[in-house]
Amino acid sequence: MTKSISERGYTRADVLVSTDWVEEHLKDPKIRIAESNEDPLLYSSNHIPGAVEIDWTRDLNDPVRRDYLGRSAFDKLMRRMGATRETTIVLYGDKNNWWATYAFWVLQLFGHTNAKIMDGGRLKWIKENRPVSREVPKYQASNYQAPERDDIRFRAFRDQTLKHLEQKLPMIDVRSPEEYRGERLHMPDYPNEGALRGGHIPGAVSIPWGRAVNQEDGTFKDAAELRKIYMEENKLRPEDDVIAYCRIGERSSHTWFVLRYLLGFHKVRNYDGSWTEWGNLVNVPVENPSAEARDEAAA
Amino acid sequence: MKPLPKRLEDFLSTLENLDRSERIEMLIEVADQFRPVPSRIAQRPYAAEHRVPGCESEAYVWSEASGEGALTFHFAVENPQGISAMALAEILRQSLSNAPLEEVAAVPADVVYRIFGNELSMGKSLGLMGMVNMIRSEARQHLQAAGSTP
Repeated sequence: MTKSISERGYTRADVLVSTDWVEEHLKDPKIRIAESNEDPLLYSSNHIPGAVEIDWTRDLNDPVRRDYLGRSAFDKLMRRMGATRETTIVLYGDKNNWWATYAFWVLQLFGHTNAKIMDGGRLKWIKENRPVSREVPKYQASNYQAPERDDIRFRAFRDQTLKHLEQKLPMIDVRSPEEYRGERLHMPDYPNEGALRGGHIPGAVSIPWGRAVNQEDGTFKDAAELRKIYMEENKLRPEDDVIAYCRIGERSSHTWFVLRYLLGFHKVRNYDGSWTEWGNLVNVPVENPSAEARDEAAA
Repeated sequence: MKPLPKRLEDFLSTLENLDRSERIEMLIEVADQFRPVPSRIAQRPYAAEHRVPGCESEAYVWSEASGEGALTFHFAVENPQGISAMALAEILRQSLSNAPLEEVAAVPADVVYRIFGNELSMGKSLGLMGMVNMIRSEARQHLQAAGSTP
Protein backbone atom coordinates (compact mmCIF):
# COMPACT_ATOMS: atom_id res chain seq x y z
CA MET A 1 0.00 0.00 0.00
CA THR A 2 1.28 3.47 -0.86
CA LYS A 3 2.40 5.50 2.15
CA SER A 4 0.77 8.86 2.83
CA ILE A 5 2.60 11.81 1.29
CA SER A 6 3.95 13.04 4.63
CA GLU A 7 5.42 9.60 5.41
CA ARG A 8 7.40 9.29 2.20
CA GLY A 9 10.41 11.35 3.26
CA TYR A 10 10.27 14.03 0.58
CA THR A 11 12.22 17.25 1.01
CA ARG A 12 9.16 19.29 0.03
CA ALA A 13 6.11 17.17 0.80
CA ASP A 14 4.00 20.36 0.71
CA VAL A 15 4.05 20.45 -3.12
CA LEU A 16 2.07 17.22 -3.34
CA VAL A 17 -1.54 16.78 -2.29
CA SER A 18 -3.62 13.63 -2.16
CA THR A 19 -6.92 12.98 -3.93
CA ASP A 20 -8.56 13.06 -0.46
CA TRP A 21 -7.16 16.54 0.16
CA VAL A 22 -8.40 17.80 -3.21
CA GLU A 23 -11.90 16.44 -2.61
CA GLU A 24 -11.97 18.21 0.74
CA HIS A 25 -10.97 21.51 -0.93
CA LEU A 26 -13.30 21.49 -3.95
CA LYS A 27 -15.08 24.61 -2.77
CA ASP A 28 -12.11 26.36 -1.21
CA PRO A 29 -11.88 29.81 -2.85
CA LYS A 30 -8.14 30.00 -2.13
CA ILE A 31 -7.58 26.93 -4.30
CA ARG A 32 -7.86 26.70 -8.08
CA ILE A 33 -7.72 23.21 -9.54
CA ALA A 34 -6.34 22.90 -13.07
CA GLU A 35 -6.20 19.88 -15.36
CA SER A 36 -3.50 19.54 -17.98
CA ASN A 37 -3.54 16.57 -20.35
CA GLU A 38 -1.96 15.12 -23.40
CA ASP A 39 -5.32 13.85 -24.69
CA PRO A 40 -7.21 16.86 -26.07
CA LEU A 41 -10.65 15.32 -25.34
CA LEU A 42 -10.16 14.25 -21.74
CA TYR A 43 -10.91 17.48 -19.88
CA SER A 44 -14.11 18.08 -21.87
CA SER A 45 -15.23 14.47 -21.35
CA ASN A 46 -15.20 15.10 -17.59
CA HIS A 47 -13.00 16.62 -14.91
CA ILE A 48 -12.85 17.37 -11.21
CA PRO A 49 -15.79 19.68 -10.45
CA GLY A 50 -14.61 23.28 -10.58
CA ALA A 51 -11.36 22.44 -12.38
CA VAL A 52 -10.20 24.63 -15.25
CA GLU A 53 -8.15 23.38 -18.18
CA ILE A 54 -4.59 24.42 -18.97
CA ASP A 55 -3.90 23.25 -22.49
CA TRP A 56 -0.20 22.63 -23.00
CA THR A 57 -0.09 23.85 -26.60
CA ARG A 58 -2.58 26.70 -26.65
CA ASP A 59 -2.08 28.06 -23.13
CA LEU A 60 1.58 27.50 -22.36
CA ASN A 61 3.37 28.03 -25.66
CA ASP A 62 4.01 31.10 -27.72
CA PRO A 63 1.97 30.66 -30.91
CA VAL A 64 4.75 31.96 -33.20
CA ARG A 65 8.18 31.41 -31.69
CA ARG A 66 9.33 28.18 -30.09
CA ASP A 67 9.10 29.51 -26.57
CA TYR A 68 6.79 29.64 -23.62
CA LEU A 69 4.20 32.30 -23.16
CA GLY A 70 5.34 35.74 -22.14
CA ARG A 71 4.34 37.73 -19.10
CA SER A 72 1.20 39.32 -20.54
CA ALA A 73 -0.11 35.98 -21.88
CA PHE A 74 0.58 34.39 -18.49
CA ASP A 75 -1.32 37.22 -16.79
CA LYS A 76 -4.20 36.59 -19.17
CA LEU A 77 -4.21 32.85 -18.44
CA MET A 78 -4.20 33.35 -14.68
CA ARG A 79 -6.82 36.11 -14.87
CA ARG A 80 -9.07 33.81 -16.90
CA MET A 81 -8.71 31.22 -14.14
CA GLY A 82 -9.63 33.86 -11.57
CA ALA A 83 -6.32 33.27 -9.81
CA THR A 84 -4.34 35.82 -7.86
CA ARG A 85 -0.70 35.61 -6.79
CA GLU A 86 -1.99 34.15 -3.50
CA THR A 87 -4.17 31.45 -5.08
CA THR A 88 -2.88 27.91 -4.69
CA ILE A 89 -2.95 26.20 -8.06
CA VAL A 90 -3.42 22.43 -7.79
CA LEU A 91 -2.46 20.69 -11.01
CA TYR A 92 -3.34 17.21 -12.18
CA GLY A 93 -3.63 15.38 -15.47
CA ASP A 94 -3.22 12.26 -17.54
CA LYS A 95 -0.06 10.27 -18.16
CA ASN A 96 0.91 10.18 -14.47
CA ASN A 97 0.92 13.97 -14.23
CA TRP A 98 3.46 14.36 -17.02
CA TRP A 99 1.66 17.44 -18.38
CA ALA A 100 0.70 18.68 -14.93
CA THR A 101 4.35 18.90 -13.92
CA TYR A 102 5.06 20.67 -17.21
CA ALA A 103 2.46 23.31 -16.31
CA PHE A 104 3.89 23.43 -12.78
CA TRP A 105 7.33 24.13 -14.24
CA VAL A 106 5.97 26.98 -16.37
CA LEU A 107 4.28 28.43 -13.26
CA GLN A 108 7.67 28.46 -11.57
CA LEU A 109 9.19 30.42 -14.46
CA PHE A 110 6.78 33.17 -13.41
CA GLY A 111 7.46 32.66 -9.71
CA HIS A 112 4.02 31.29 -8.87
CA THR A 113 5.24 29.19 -5.97
CA ASN A 114 1.74 28.52 -4.61
CA ALA A 115 1.39 25.43 -6.73
CA LYS A 116 0.89 21.76 -6.01
CA ILE A 117 0.52 18.50 -7.88
CA MET A 118 -2.27 16.05 -7.10
CA ASP A 119 -0.49 12.76 -6.47
CA GLY A 120 -1.66 10.01 -8.82
CA GLY A 121 -3.21 12.45 -11.26
CA ARG A 122 -6.42 12.05 -13.17
CA LEU A 123 -6.42 8.27 -13.36
CA LYS A 124 -6.25 7.84 -9.58
CA TRP A 125 -9.15 10.26 -9.13
CA ILE A 126 -11.27 8.36 -11.66
CA LYS A 127 -10.34 4.92 -10.30
CA GLU A 128 -11.42 6.05 -6.83
CA ASN A 129 -14.84 6.97 -8.24
CA ARG A 130 -14.58 10.53 -7.05
CA PRO A 131 -16.96 13.17 -8.42
CA VAL A 132 -16.53 14.46 -11.96
CA SER A 133 -18.35 17.04 -14.03
CA ARG A 134 -18.63 18.14 -17.65
CA GLU A 135 -19.44 21.69 -16.65
CA VAL A 136 -16.75 24.18 -17.56
CA PRO A 137 -16.57 26.59 -14.63
CA LYS A 138 -16.39 30.33 -15.09
CA TYR A 139 -14.54 32.38 -12.53
CA GLN A 140 -14.58 36.12 -12.11
CA ALA A 141 -11.47 37.42 -13.81
CA SER A 142 -8.70 38.47 -11.47
CA ASN A 143 -6.14 41.19 -11.86
CA TYR A 144 -3.16 38.84 -11.82
CA GLN A 145 0.17 40.54 -12.35
CA ALA A 146 3.17 38.30 -12.85
CA PRO A 147 6.80 39.32 -12.70
CA GLU A 148 8.87 38.92 -15.85
CA ARG A 149 9.58 35.29 -16.71
CA ASP A 150 12.79 34.06 -15.08
CA ASP A 151 14.60 31.68 -17.42
CA ILE A 152 17.73 31.50 -15.30
CA ARG A 153 16.87 29.24 -12.37
CA PHE A 154 14.98 26.36 -13.89
CA ARG A 155 15.57 26.49 -17.61
CA ALA A 156 18.64 25.59 -19.66
CA PHE A 157 19.25 26.71 -23.23
CA ARG A 158 21.36 25.14 -25.96
CA ASP A 159 24.58 27.04 -25.23
CA GLN A 160 24.32 26.38 -21.51
CA THR A 161 23.77 22.70 -22.21
CA LEU A 162 26.81 22.62 -24.48
CA LYS A 163 28.90 24.26 -21.73
CA HIS A 164 27.48 21.77 -19.24
CA LEU A 165 28.62 18.95 -21.50
CA GLU A 166 32.12 20.46 -21.87
CA GLN A 167 32.39 20.76 -18.10
CA LYS A 168 31.27 17.14 -17.73
CA LEU A 169 28.45 18.09 -15.37
CA PRO A 170 25.58 15.67 -14.81
CA MET A 171 22.81 15.38 -17.35
CA ILE A 172 19.81 13.10 -17.44
CA ASP A 173 18.09 11.87 -20.57
CA VAL A 174 14.59 10.92 -19.44
CA ARG A 175 13.34 9.50 -22.75
CA SER A 176 12.84 5.81 -23.40
CA PRO A 177 15.95 3.61 -23.55
CA GLU A 178 15.27 3.11 -27.31
CA GLU A 179 15.41 6.86 -27.93
CA TYR A 180 18.52 7.20 -25.73
CA ARG A 181 20.30 4.48 -27.67
CA GLY A 182 19.37 6.10 -30.96
CA GLU A 183 17.27 3.14 -32.07
CA ARG A 184 14.10 5.15 -32.28
CA LEU A 185 14.52 8.59 -33.77
CA HIS A 186 11.00 9.84 -34.18
CA MET A 187 7.88 8.63 -35.81
CA PRO A 188 7.66 8.73 -39.58
CA ASP A 189 5.48 11.50 -40.99
CA TYR A 190 5.31 13.34 -37.72
CA PRO A 191 6.33 16.86 -38.58
CA ASN A 192 6.66 18.66 -35.29
CA GLU A 193 8.84 16.64 -32.97
CA GLY A 194 11.32 14.99 -35.26
CA ALA A 195 15.10 15.14 -35.20
CA LEU A 196 17.64 14.51 -37.93
CA ARG A 197 20.00 12.59 -35.69
CA GLY A 198 19.35 9.96 -33.04
CA GLY A 199 21.17 9.17 -29.82
CA HIS A 200 21.83 11.30 -26.76
CA ILE A 201 23.99 14.11 -25.44
CA PRO A 202 27.38 12.60 -24.51
CA GLY A 203 27.70 12.04 -20.79
CA ALA A 204 23.95 12.04 -20.15
CA VAL A 205 22.68 9.11 -18.12
CA SER A 206 19.46 7.37 -19.09
CA ILE A 207 16.76 7.51 -16.41
CA PRO A 208 13.33 7.26 -18.05
CA TRP A 209 10.94 9.68 -16.34
CA GLY A 210 8.35 7.00 -15.54
CA ARG A 211 10.69 5.24 -13.13
CA ALA A 212 9.74 7.85 -10.53
CA VAL A 213 6.13 6.67 -10.53
CA ASN A 214 4.38 3.67 -8.99
CA GLN A 215 2.81 2.01 -12.00
CA GLU A 216 -0.17 0.59 -10.09
CA ASP A 217 -1.65 3.91 -8.99
CA GLY A 218 0.41 6.64 -10.66
CA THR A 219 1.64 8.09 -7.35
CA PHE A 220 5.24 9.17 -6.88
CA LYS A 221 7.61 6.63 -5.37
CA ASP A 222 8.80 7.41 -1.86
CA ALA A 223 12.05 9.26 -1.26
CA ALA A 224 14.04 6.13 -0.41
CA GLU A 225 13.04 4.49 -3.70
CA LEU A 226 13.78 7.69 -5.64
CA ARG A 227 17.18 8.07 -3.97
CA LYS A 228 17.98 4.52 -5.00
CA ILE A 229 17.26 5.33 -8.66
CA TYR A 230 18.86 8.75 -8.94
CA MET A 231 21.55 8.73 -6.28
CA GLU A 232 22.64 5.12 -5.76
CA GLU A 233 22.25 3.73 -9.28
CA ASN A 234 23.22 6.90 -11.13
CA LYS A 235 25.51 8.62 -8.64
CA LEU A 236 23.74 11.98 -8.68
CA ARG A 237 24.04 14.15 -5.58
CA PRO A 238 21.66 16.85 -4.29
CA GLU A 239 24.44 19.45 -4.51
CA ASP A 240 25.03 18.68 -8.21
CA ASP A 241 24.21 21.09 -11.03
CA VAL A 242 21.89 18.89 -13.12
CA ILE A 243 20.26 19.35 -16.52
CA ALA A 244 17.38 17.08 -17.58
CA TYR A 245 16.07 16.79 -21.12
CA CYS A 246 13.73 14.67 -23.23
CA ARG A 247 12.24 15.40 -26.66
CA ILE A 248 10.46 18.73 -26.18
CA GLY A 249 10.90 19.35 -22.45
CA GLU A 250 7.67 17.88 -21.12
CA ARG A 251 8.85 14.55 -19.69
CA SER A 252 11.96 16.21 -18.28
CA SER A 253 9.82 18.67 -16.33
CA HIS A 254 8.48 15.62 -14.48
CA THR A 255 12.03 14.57 -13.56
CA TRP A 256 12.86 18.21 -12.72
CA PHE A 257 9.95 18.18 -10.26
CA VAL A 258 11.10 14.91 -8.68
CA LEU A 259 14.70 16.02 -8.23
CA ARG A 260 14.01 19.55 -7.07
CA TYR A 261 11.03 19.06 -4.78
CA LEU A 262 10.91 15.43 -3.76
CA LEU A 263 14.66 14.87 -3.37
CA GLY A 264 15.75 18.45 -2.67
CA PHE A 265 18.39 18.86 -5.39
CA HIS A 266 19.70 22.41 -5.25
CA LYS A 267 20.21 23.19 -8.92
CA VAL A 268 18.17 21.38 -11.54
CA ARG A 269 17.30 22.84 -14.90
CA ASN A 270 15.09 21.60 -17.69
CA TYR A 271 16.60 21.85 -21.18
CA ASP A 272 13.29 22.28 -22.99
CA GLY A 273 14.93 22.55 -26.42
CA SER A 274 15.72 18.90 -25.71
CA TRP A 275 16.31 16.35 -28.45
CA THR A 276 14.22 18.16 -31.06
CA GLU A 277 16.79 20.94 -30.85
CA TRP A 278 19.97 18.99 -30.08
CA GLY A 279 19.26 16.26 -32.63
CA ASN A 280 18.91 18.93 -35.35
CA LEU A 281 21.91 21.10 -34.40
CA VAL A 282 24.90 21.22 -36.71
CA ASN A 283 28.25 20.14 -35.29
CA VAL A 284 27.34 19.31 -31.70
CA PRO A 285 28.56 16.10 -30.06
CA VAL A 286 26.17 13.16 -30.18
CA GLU A 287 26.54 9.69 -28.81
CA ASN A 288 24.63 7.06 -30.75
CA PRO A 289 25.42 3.54 -29.57
CA SER A 290 23.20 1.93 -32.21
CA ALA A 291 24.80 3.77 -35.15
CA GLU A 292 28.30 3.30 -33.72
CA ALA A 293 27.68 -0.41 -33.32
CA ARG A 294 26.36 -0.59 -36.88
CA ASP A 295 29.41 1.25 -38.23
CA GLU A 296 31.78 -1.06 -36.36
CA ALA A 297 29.99 -4.10 -37.71
CA ALA A 298 30.23 -2.71 -41.24
CA ALA A 299 33.95 -1.85 -40.94
CA MET B 1 -4.23 9.67 -55.12
CA LYS B 2 -7.37 7.78 -54.17
CA PRO B 3 -10.30 9.69 -52.70
CA LEU B 4 -11.17 9.15 -49.07
CA PRO B 5 -14.08 6.82 -48.45
CA LYS B 6 -17.22 8.92 -48.78
CA ARG B 7 -18.51 8.52 -45.22
CA LEU B 8 -15.12 9.54 -43.85
CA GLU B 9 -14.91 12.56 -46.15
CA ASP B 10 -18.45 13.60 -45.14
CA PHE B 11 -17.56 13.28 -41.47
CA LEU B 12 -14.40 15.35 -41.91
CA SER B 13 -16.30 18.04 -43.80
CA THR B 14 -18.79 18.31 -40.94
CA LEU B 15 -15.99 18.42 -38.40
CA GLU B 16 -14.05 21.09 -40.26
CA ASN B 17 -17.00 23.47 -40.14
CA LEU B 18 -17.04 23.41 -36.36
CA ASP B 19 -15.04 25.59 -34.00
CA ARG B 20 -12.66 23.89 -31.57
CA SER B 21 -15.07 23.46 -28.68
CA GLU B 22 -17.87 22.21 -30.95
CA ARG B 23 -15.45 19.76 -32.53
CA ILE B 24 -14.35 18.46 -29.13
CA GLU B 25 -18.00 18.11 -28.12
CA MET B 26 -18.76 16.16 -31.27
CA LEU B 27 -15.75 13.87 -30.82
CA ILE B 28 -16.77 13.15 -27.23
CA GLU B 29 -20.28 12.27 -28.43
CA VAL B 30 -18.71 9.88 -30.92
CA ALA B 31 -16.49 8.38 -28.19
CA ASP B 32 -19.62 7.82 -26.07
CA GLN B 33 -21.01 5.63 -28.87
CA PHE B 34 -17.94 3.38 -28.81
CA ARG B 35 -18.64 -0.27 -28.06
CA PRO B 36 -15.78 -2.78 -27.82
CA VAL B 37 -15.34 -5.73 -30.15
CA PRO B 38 -18.22 -8.23 -29.88
CA SER B 39 -17.34 -11.40 -28.01
CA ARG B 40 -18.08 -13.53 -31.08
CA ILE B 41 -15.03 -11.86 -32.73
CA ALA B 42 -12.60 -11.74 -29.81
CA GLN B 43 -12.46 -12.20 -26.07
CA ARG B 44 -9.99 -11.08 -23.43
CA PRO B 45 -7.11 -11.55 -23.25
CA TYR B 46 -6.90 -10.21 -26.77
CA ALA B 47 -4.23 -11.63 -29.05
CA ALA B 48 -1.10 -9.49 -29.30
CA GLU B 49 -1.16 -9.47 -33.11
CA HIS B 50 -4.31 -7.35 -32.98
CA ARG B 51 -2.75 -4.73 -30.71
CA VAL B 52 -1.93 -1.35 -32.26
CA PRO B 53 1.82 -0.77 -31.91
CA GLY B 54 2.74 2.33 -29.94
CA CYS B 55 -0.81 3.04 -28.75
CA GLU B 56 -0.78 3.85 -25.04
CA SER B 57 -4.55 3.54 -24.91
CA GLU B 58 -4.08 -0.18 -25.63
CA ALA B 59 -6.17 -0.24 -28.78
CA TYR B 60 -6.84 -3.46 -30.70
CA VAL B 61 -8.18 -3.87 -34.23
CA TRP B 62 -9.99 -6.74 -35.98
CA SER B 63 -11.55 -7.08 -39.40
CA GLU B 64 -14.40 -9.34 -40.42
CA ALA B 65 -15.38 -10.24 -43.96
CA SER B 66 -18.80 -8.79 -44.58
CA GLY B 67 -20.00 -9.62 -48.01
CA GLU B 68 -18.15 -9.59 -51.26
CA GLY B 69 -14.87 -7.72 -51.05
CA ALA B 70 -15.81 -5.78 -47.95
CA LEU B 71 -14.69 -5.69 -44.34
CA THR B 72 -16.28 -4.64 -41.09
CA PHE B 73 -13.84 -3.30 -38.53
CA HIS B 74 -13.96 -3.84 -34.77
CA PHE B 75 -11.95 -2.25 -32.00
CA ALA B 76 -11.14 -2.51 -28.33
CA VAL B 77 -9.62 0.27 -26.25
CA GLU B 78 -8.46 -1.10 -22.92
CA ASN B 79 -7.43 2.16 -21.26
CA PRO B 80 -10.65 3.67 -19.87
CA GLN B 81 -9.06 7.12 -20.23
CA GLY B 82 -8.36 6.58 -23.93
CA ILE B 83 -11.15 8.91 -25.05
CA SER B 84 -9.43 10.01 -28.27
CA ALA B 85 -8.69 6.39 -29.18
CA MET B 86 -12.35 5.50 -28.58
CA ALA B 87 -13.51 8.43 -30.72
CA LEU B 88 -11.16 7.45 -33.54
CA ALA B 89 -12.14 3.79 -33.29
CA GLU B 90 -15.81 4.69 -33.64
CA ILE B 91 -15.12 7.07 -36.56
CA LEU B 92 -13.12 4.40 -38.37
CA ARG B 93 -15.66 1.68 -37.61
CA GLN B 94 -18.57 3.75 -38.90
CA SER B 95 -16.87 5.30 -41.91
CA LEU B 96 -14.59 2.53 -43.18
CA SER B 97 -16.61 -0.63 -42.55
CA ASN B 98 -17.94 -1.84 -45.91
CA ALA B 99 -16.16 0.95 -47.80
CA PRO B 100 -14.20 0.06 -50.97
CA LEU B 101 -11.05 -1.65 -49.76
CA GLU B 102 -8.81 0.17 -52.24
CA GLU B 103 -9.93 3.42 -50.65
CA VAL B 104 -9.53 2.07 -47.10
CA ALA B 105 -6.00 0.89 -47.91
CA ALA B 106 -5.14 4.39 -49.13
CA VAL B 107 -6.46 6.43 -46.17
CA PRO B 108 -3.47 8.49 -45.05
CA ALA B 109 -2.49 8.00 -41.41
CA ASP B 110 -2.23 11.75 -40.91
CA VAL B 111 -6.00 11.98 -41.27
CA VAL B 112 -5.83 12.03 -37.45
CA TYR B 113 -4.74 15.68 -37.67
CA ARG B 114 -7.87 16.51 -39.68
CA ILE B 115 -9.90 14.90 -36.91
CA PHE B 116 -8.12 16.07 -33.78
CA GLY B 117 -6.23 19.15 -34.99
CA ASN B 118 -2.55 19.86 -35.41
CA GLU B 119 -1.88 20.19 -31.71
CA LEU B 120 -1.60 16.48 -31.04
CA SER B 121 1.53 15.49 -29.18
CA MET B 122 3.92 13.05 -30.78
CA GLY B 123 2.98 10.27 -28.38
CA LYS B 124 -0.73 10.71 -28.98
CA SER B 125 -0.28 10.92 -32.76
CA LEU B 126 1.83 7.78 -32.74
CA GLY B 127 -0.97 5.73 -31.21
CA LEU B 128 -3.80 7.23 -33.26
CA MET B 129 -1.92 6.97 -36.55
CA GLY B 130 -1.07 3.40 -35.60
CA MET B 131 -4.80 2.63 -35.48
CA VAL B 132 -5.28 3.98 -39.01
CA ASN B 133 -2.24 2.06 -40.22
CA MET B 134 -3.62 -1.19 -38.78
CA ILE B 135 -6.87 -0.68 -40.70
CA ARG B 136 -4.94 0.08 -43.90
CA SER B 137 -2.89 -3.02 -43.39
CA GLU B 138 -6.00 -5.20 -42.84
CA ALA B 139 -7.49 -3.82 -46.07
CA ARG B 140 -4.25 -4.37 -47.98
CA GLN B 141 -3.90 -7.95 -46.79
CA HIS B 142 -7.47 -8.68 -47.78
CA LEU B 143 -6.93 -7.18 -51.23
CA GLN B 144 -3.75 -9.17 -51.72
CA ALA B 145 -5.46 -12.37 -50.67
CA ALA B 146 -8.19 -11.61 -53.17
CA GLY B 147 -5.58 -11.09 -55.87
CA SER B 148 -5.84 -7.36 -56.43
CA THR B 149 -3.04 -4.93 -55.62
CA PRO B 150 -3.97 -1.84 -53.58
